[in-house]
Amino acid sequence: MKIAVPTQLVPDLVEELVVDASGSYLDPSTVRWVLNEFDDYAIEQAILLKERKGGQVTVLTQGLDGADDALFAAAAKGADRLIKLNGDFETGVKIHALARQYLPVLKALAPDLILTGVQTHLNLDGTLGPILAESLGMPYVGYVSGVTLGDGKVTVIKEYPGGLRAEMEVSLPAVLGIQSSDTPPRYVPISKIRQVMKTSKVDEEDCGDMDESGSVLVDNLLVPESSEKAEMIEGDVDAVAARLVEILKEQGVL
Amino acid sequence: MNQDIYVLVEQFKGKVTDMAFMALAQAKELAAASGGKVVGVLLGHNVAGLAKDLAAGKVLVYDDPALADFTWDAYLKVLAGLIQAEMPRLVLLGETTIGADTASGLSARLGLPQVGSCTRIEAAGGAFNYTSQVCGGKLLAQGVLPDGSVLVTLVPGAFKPEQGKSAIPAQVVAMVTPALEGLRVKLSHYIEPEGGDVDICKENVLVSVGRGVQNQDNLEMAQELADALGAVVSGSRPVTDQGWLATSRLVGKSGKSVHPKVYLALGISGAPEHTEAITGSEMIIAVNTDPVAPIFNLAKYGAVVDMLDLLPVLTDQVRQAKGG
Repeated sequence: MKIAVPTQLVPDLVEELVVDASGSYLDPSTVRWVLNEFDDYAIEQAILLKERKGGQVTVLTQGLDGADDALFAAAAKGADRLIKLNGDFETGVKIHALARQYLPVLKALAPDLILTGVQTHLNLDGTLGPILAESLGMPYVGYVSGVTLGDGKVTVIKEYPGGLRAEMEVSLPAVLGIQSSDTPPRYVPISKIRQVMKTSKVDEEDCGDMDESGSVLVDNLLVPESSEKAEMIEGDVDAVAARLVEILKEQGVL
Repeated sequence: MNQDIYVLVEQFKGKVTDMAFMALAQAKELAAASGGKVVGVLLGHNVAGLAKDLAAGKVLVYDDPALADFTWDAYLKVLAGLIQAEMPRLVLLGETTIGADTASGLSARLGLPQVGSCTRIEAAGGAFNYTSQVCGGKLLAQGVLPDGSVLVTLVPGAFKPEQGKSAIPAQVVAMVTPALEGLRVKLSHYIEPEGGDVDICKENVLVSVGRGVQNQDNLEMAQELADALGAVVSGSRPVTDQGWLATSRLVGKSGKSVHPKVYLALGISGAPEHTEAITGSEMIIAVNTDPVAPIFNLAKYGAVVDMLDLLPVLTDQVRQAKGG
């Protein structure tokens, strides 16, 4: 069983997001790139499947600052092969363009199963999984929170609103958009990652220029101004708690 | 290409979703500006009756046992054929567990552009301007939709479901469903949600915790506040994914939509997939260490403090207020 996990690096939302002079992109010099959290679940699910049934897990990501950290962490968890795509990813990647970068590499890998995070917080022009599936002629199921390998097929749990789920059977090869893994992503200590850095290697693939044809353009990137922004309660926790008690009384729940 | 606005009327287990009505409301506004019609597209089995209160000029119904439940394979085949034949100006879908999967597959199959996480489309001088949420709602992206047919996935916010309903019955057109053989995805069965010990949809007050709770032990503090208030603890996705709270307590896109008198959002940033499920709350109070957390755009009251510092103090004060 060959499992590929194409991932995405996204701006860390803990950092301040600064729009560049053009007003259309994030200022790349201010962005800290981190692994998309749903891709962390996809990596974990791939490792779990390998541990149960054997196989090889290949994790791929974009050549941005943070790529090596993400890839070596995946290796420390149990990924067998690491691939970094070299390209111009800094100025706001379009998902369709990224899919085009991934396609030749994935075709060469010829995986039985592709797991990818179901979404990122930068899904302005769609989500990666269905685009890859359609482009590779594979079926797709998104919002998956459980995967069991069978003979020539995979059984998945798909989530719906309201806590409802469905069990689905998907013929292989297939692409799955992972919402969460069977168990939370495992913790790996820094010391283990450092150790892996000495023994693992990252294969680099040069994908050439980004093909952004058909992409939707962004004219403005801005901080939302809400007309109903919250009335902020100032002061220390004692003052905040006192005001909250008043509000809860006014609202009739205390 | 025509100027019509097509809407995938998402129905789930025989009920039209609120998101579908919101998409119809958006389509109605745009069609008035573009001179086109609102055309609903309904896929399912024995679902023609669902067309009756849709705010659409026409509803195209594909009725087939293979469409009784959503599968990506079947939906793509039906919708790709229709869109390719008609090339409507816009196709609106909800950014839901059904619509998001479908839209990007259609975009790849048909080579049509897609705009995701869209909160609003506005007609202006013959063009359509879009606004989308990015970076967990911390930023908005705005631009002009390209000419030609465009797929748009909408998130809730700009319209209410009632605005997508109509007392005037739409023209219902029974469509011929293409052969749906050799489907690669099959639904085996549904798994009903665990009942859990409480139904968070029926609670008056929810003490809801997010990533800011940091670890499972700290949940005890949230439970103490909930006990003092006679409330229930709920949470956002990171908390249930870690197994710290039962999934029956999950508020969000794939959890429950709630409408309490008070929703106390503690350490919840306010990502769109969470906030779409709390807009029915009478009052939202947000506590977060990040002063620009998007949750403050939705809350009535907010405080920039650490929920872990606040919780014991607030619990004490609530107990005192109750004379305990």
